[in-house]
Amino acid sequence: MNIFNIFDEITQVDPEFHERVSPRRTAIRNLASMGTKVAAATLPFMLGSLFKKAYGQVPTDVTGVLNYALTLEYLEAEFYTMGTAAAGLIPVGPPQGAIATIRDHEIAHVAFLKQVLGSDAVSKPEFDFTAGGTFGNVFTDYDTFLALAQAFEDTGVRAYKGQAGLLKGNQVVLTAALQIHAAEARHASHIRQMRRARGGAAAAQKPWITGANDSGIGAVVDPVYAGEDNVSQAGVNITSLNGIEGKLSANAATESFDEPLTAEAVLDIAGLFIK
Amino acid sequence: MESSIKKTNGQPLPSDRPTETPVRRRQFLQYAGAGAAAAVLVAWGCKKDDPGPDMGGKGFYFGSGDIAILNYAYALEQLEAAFYTEVTSNPYGSISDWERALMTDIRDHEIAHREFFKAALGQQAIDSLTFDFSAVNFSSRGSVLATARAFEDLGVSAYNGAGWLIQDVNYLALAGKIVSVEARHAALVRDLIDNGSFANDEVIDANGLDLSNSPTVVLEVAAPFIKSKIDVTDLPTY
Repeated sequence: MNIFNIFDEITQVDPEFHERVSPRRTAIRNLASMGTKVAAATLPFMLGSLFKKAYGQVPTDVTGVLNYALTLEYLEAEFYTMGTAAAGLIPVGPPQGAIATIRDHEIAHVAFLKQVLGSDAVSKPEFDFTAGGTFGNVFTDYDTFLALAQAFEDTGVRAYKGQAGLLKGNQVVLTAALQIHAAEARHASHIRQMRRARGGAAAAQKPWITGANDSGIGAVVDPVYAGEDNVSQAGVNITSLNGIEGKLSANAATESFDEPLTAEAVLDIAGLFIK
Repeated sequence: MESSIKKTNGQPLPSDRPTETPVRRRQFLQYAGAGAAAAVLVAWGCKKDDPGPDMGGKGFYFGSGDIAILNYAYALEQLEAAFYTEVTSNPYGSISDWERALMTDIRDHEIAHREFFKAALGQQAIDSLTFDFSAVNFSSRGSVLATARAFEDLGVSAYNGAGWLIQDVNYLALAGKIVSVEARHAALVRDLIDNGSFANDEVIDANGLDLSNSPTVVLEVAAPFIKSKIDVTDLPTY
């Protein structure tokens, strides 16, 4: 699925489509079936100076979500670009191949979101991946680099999930957001396997999230995993359901559902890495 | 996408009123664009001389609107749970402890999803489906993992493609909670087959987007594995 292919195909049956979707701002507003129903005041994007530009310029929910996503993708794209450029950081062979794959996806996400947003796109912030010195060896120590990669990927998955509701009913934008969301989850799964293979504090890592903060990184990433120990979905306690051998375990209950993060929580995390 | 555009009969795609197109077995081979998962499953479906489900059973009427989409998800989770239950009860001979643990975890996740939908749907849930896994050689690691990869990639594409059809924001949130777990599974299974293939260009396009398929496409791909007569005449699709 390619959003621009969709535009092309719609154009073939609806020649006026391009006129309706230009300028981009109008396009995004039109595509948002729920756009006018969600009061701008309920949007959480006012938190953090990072989003002032987007919020100030385009106070519509869908554009806000897309700029929020773009900022997270800027962060990831630059992180992996710097990581792959750091000599001797990532072992040659499969590790370099995997990180390059992920880097290229994040760069593609940035380009994609910028193209969708057009002139409404926020600028790339300046990043500090040491988080003020907390991760001073991020680009010289492979394990630190992987630990941050995992934190960013798991955060990204949770961030997209948290905004899906604002895109409800929007075939083009919600579908694209879900498609990016799933790509981030694939990345997270692989990074977790890479960390497990490294052993040490990450030796017990699984491709999925077990309970609250299973990362082995420490309390510094507690906010990334806050709430992942939830075992109740829509009023159904998953541990009350039957598995193969008795009830489903608490581990299975937490692993089988990834939890969303609010934009406020994501911005608090991302803000640590933004100058 | 081509087929969905055709179904609009020249009109622009409605953004809020999905067309309701009954699944037709004869369209099976038209969906060449259904992705790598589809390609694998289509190949198997064609090898078998199975007529596939007769879409008209009464115990398996999915309902309409969001209920139908939840039953659609429930059906897919039943399929995955049944598959991994068989994998773990009859593991391939060379299975390592780590792979056995992974398959057991995934089985329990799919059972959690299945049982959750059953509980959430209550009286509106379809009956338990019966499946035909005769195309799978459970004693072969290659056959099992290729099937797992196909099911997981298909599941990811299904949730991605059905998200916009969901009217209730709470149901949408639940779908979001599940799809990323399916994507974690898909990446893991792909890496077990070929390390580094977790997100290759079979599943991620040039824009960095994962797979997406309409309910019609997904059910056609899954059809050879479903023995029960399902009725999806009122399932929203496009």
